[in-house]
Amino acid sequence: MILDVKGLNVDYISAAGAVRAVNDVSFQLRRGEILGVAGESGCGKSTLIMGLIRLLRPPAAITGGEVWLHPREGRPVDIARRTDKELRKLRWRSIAVVLQSAMDALNPVARLSAQFADVLREHGYRNVEERTAELLEMVGISPDRARSYPHEMSGGMRQRAMIALALACDPEIVVMDEPTTAVDVVMQRQILAQILELRQKLGFSVVFVTHDLSLLVELADRIAIMYGGRIVELGEAAEIYRSPKHPYTKGLRDSFPPLHAPVTRLSGIPGTPPDLRNLPHGCAFEPRCPSRFDECAQRRPELLDVGDGLAACHLHDRERTAHA
Amino acid sequence: MKQGKGRFLTRRVAFYVATAWSAITLNFLIPRLMPGDPTSVIVRQLQKQSGESIPPEAVEAIQKLFGDPRAGLLQQYWDYLGSVARLDFGLSISRFPTPVGELLGAGLPWTLLLVGTTTLLAFAIGTGLGIAAGWKPGGRLDGFLSPLSTFLSALPYFWVALIALYVFGLVLGWFPLGGGYDPDLYGRPGFLGSVLEHLVMPAATIVFSAFGGWLLGMRNMMITTVSEDYVLLGKAKGLSSGRVMFRYAARNALLPSVTGFAMAIGGVLGGALLTEIVFSYPGIGYLLYDAVSKRDYPLMQGVFLLTTLTVLLANFVADSVYVMIDPRTREAGR
Ligand SMILES: Nc1ncnc2c1ncn2[C@@H]1O[C@H](COP(=O)(O)OP(=O)(O)O)[C@@H](O)[C@H]1O
Ligand code: SF4
Ligand SMILES: [Mg+2]
Repeated sequence: MILDVKGLNVDYISAAGAVRAVNDVSFQLRRGEILGVAGESGCGKSTLIMGLIRLLRPPAAITGGEVWLHPREGRPVDIARRTDKELRKLRWRSIAVVLQSAMDALNPVARLSAQFADVLREHGYRNVEERTAELLEMVGISPDRARSYPHEMSGGMRQRAMIALALACDPEIVVMDEPTTAVDVVMQRQILAQILELRQKLGFSVVFVTHDLSLLVELADRIAIMYGGRIVELGEAAEIYRSPKHPYTKGLRDSFPPLHAPVTRLSGIPGTPPDLRNLPHGCAFEPRCPSRFDECAQRRPELLDVGDGLAACHLHDRERTAHA
Repeated sequence: MKQGKGRFLTRRVAFYVATAWSAITLNFLIPRLMPGDPTSVIVRQLQKQSGESIPPEAVEAIQKLFGDPRAGLLQQYWDYLGSVARLDFGLSISRFPTPVGELLGAGLPWTLLLVGTTTLLAFAIGTGLGIAAGWKPGGRLDGFLSPLSTFLSALPYFWVALIALYVFGLVLGWFPLGGGYDPDLYGRPGFLGSVLEHLVMPAATIVFSAFGGWLLGMRNMMITTVSEDYVLLGKAKGLSSGRVMFRYAARNALLPSVTGFAMAIGGVLGGALLTEIVFSYPGIGYLLYDAVSKRDYPLMQGVFLLTTLTVLLANFVADSVYVMIDPRTREAGR
């Protein structure tokens, strides 16, 4: 295990009160594992991973919980409680990040080489140029592109350069926020294959956030499904896709075409994501759920073991009582 | 890529040359488009003012400005272009027979010294503080600096200058009341000191009035920039906050200010007017003031032309610098 998240809460704080965008989230990331996080837009995926790496911008703030990092060397650290100064040494060496749009995430007035060089030097690398060339080659970019500015590269190349940059200091964890949303499908496939291959070679762990569940089936080892700021299902990727335990997961699966199959009729999830300022009293998915019953509006289901993974849904209460 | 840069530059140069040519031509045409016989009107006015008769050479100087009705317009234009090229702007009337070019040449260093240094200082101070204020908007520094700058920018310059003149010049007597140097010390060891002494008040009042504008502009750009993803990534990389603040945030936030700065430098000659009048500073602004009050038309014309060309030159420099510091603009030239 490399990362142990316990009851993480992240609030957006305003004069009108706090909105909890990440609510009591717990999970563990194993060494070398790719953990997918899926959910509709606005469910708190970006807020979650920015919380994990303590990169939240006001008005967002961690208001509870722990994020234990177990680094290769040294003692475990609770990222949620370290000062910014203490975190600096861990950043990029232990945890690196790939953001959704490389166009926005790369400094527009600096050459690629400079953006590799500053982080390499910061973390004590000497042979900066060779290392940059090596990293670019790793993602299939010719090293002479290092002299380019971000706007001189194609979207796919920029995104791959971001991944190369993330791997600069040989991190243990790479956090990726929708890294393939801004590129076309062909490039998307290429990038996913590259991530798998590099993970194989270098052994880092990945938290991969996307709104597209079908994309995770081929990439992730395990998948967490988020709804209204909470994890509502967590399990093995294949299992989640084949037999989702939560009605929301099922809806999510059926609203995207699988990457490798003919496009069949898609059924989107009716209704809209919940308003975080005004969540239903019981299950947050209740207003949209095709399987809801009396219990659902009254009591919020806990995230519990349902055999093949975890799910937060009252449908499994009966099975549990039956087992007992 | 290389070719794109070259073509971009050629196009800019062509644009500025064309603009400069139009300005010079307008300067030629406008006096000539005046109806009637302006020369004799001016000569009569000047005679009444000074009570002496105007020497024929001076009349000729005025005539040259408004055009000799006997010569063809094309011939006049050609002669005019020739004299501009030789930096020959005719003779001053109020200080006859000193050439206008000589007066401009004497005034220019003073204005460049005064407004050049103050524009630079105001920009550096304002931008530096703006970076700090915008890095943590709503923080303690910002909470103090932003209202202060808004207040200072709202004070009329003329008023600030007069108060300073009254308090530090007249009441306290710390600084001289006017002029650019002590004439008694001209060419002697204490001259440089006297230049500095005379520079303090006009310079301080300009910086005092101008830095707030730079501060607010930079602060606001900084706030926008700080929320950009690339600044966040700088932090994620574990770089020191100083490096993120300057290399990632300020470096990008500065881009719009650079244009503004070059414009301000271009406005140096015109901008000096008020300061130079209040402090009787011997620069181009004061020269213009003097020329207007004494109806020295050739001198006025010289100042106008010089001012226009300076603005153009500064804009050209701004454009070129911008292309150098923002790689994305090079693309646009393709
Ligand atoms: N700047 C903000 N101010 C207030 N609330 C915000 C802000 N950004 C996001 N939120 C809230 O947090 C929720 C989750 O946002 P986000 O983490 O970006 O979702 P996702 O990445 O899954 O699309 C949003 O639905 C919204 O209610
Ligand atoms: S708890 Fe009820 S409403 Fe919520 S997902 Fe399960 S069945 Fe649907
Ligand atoms: Mg997001």
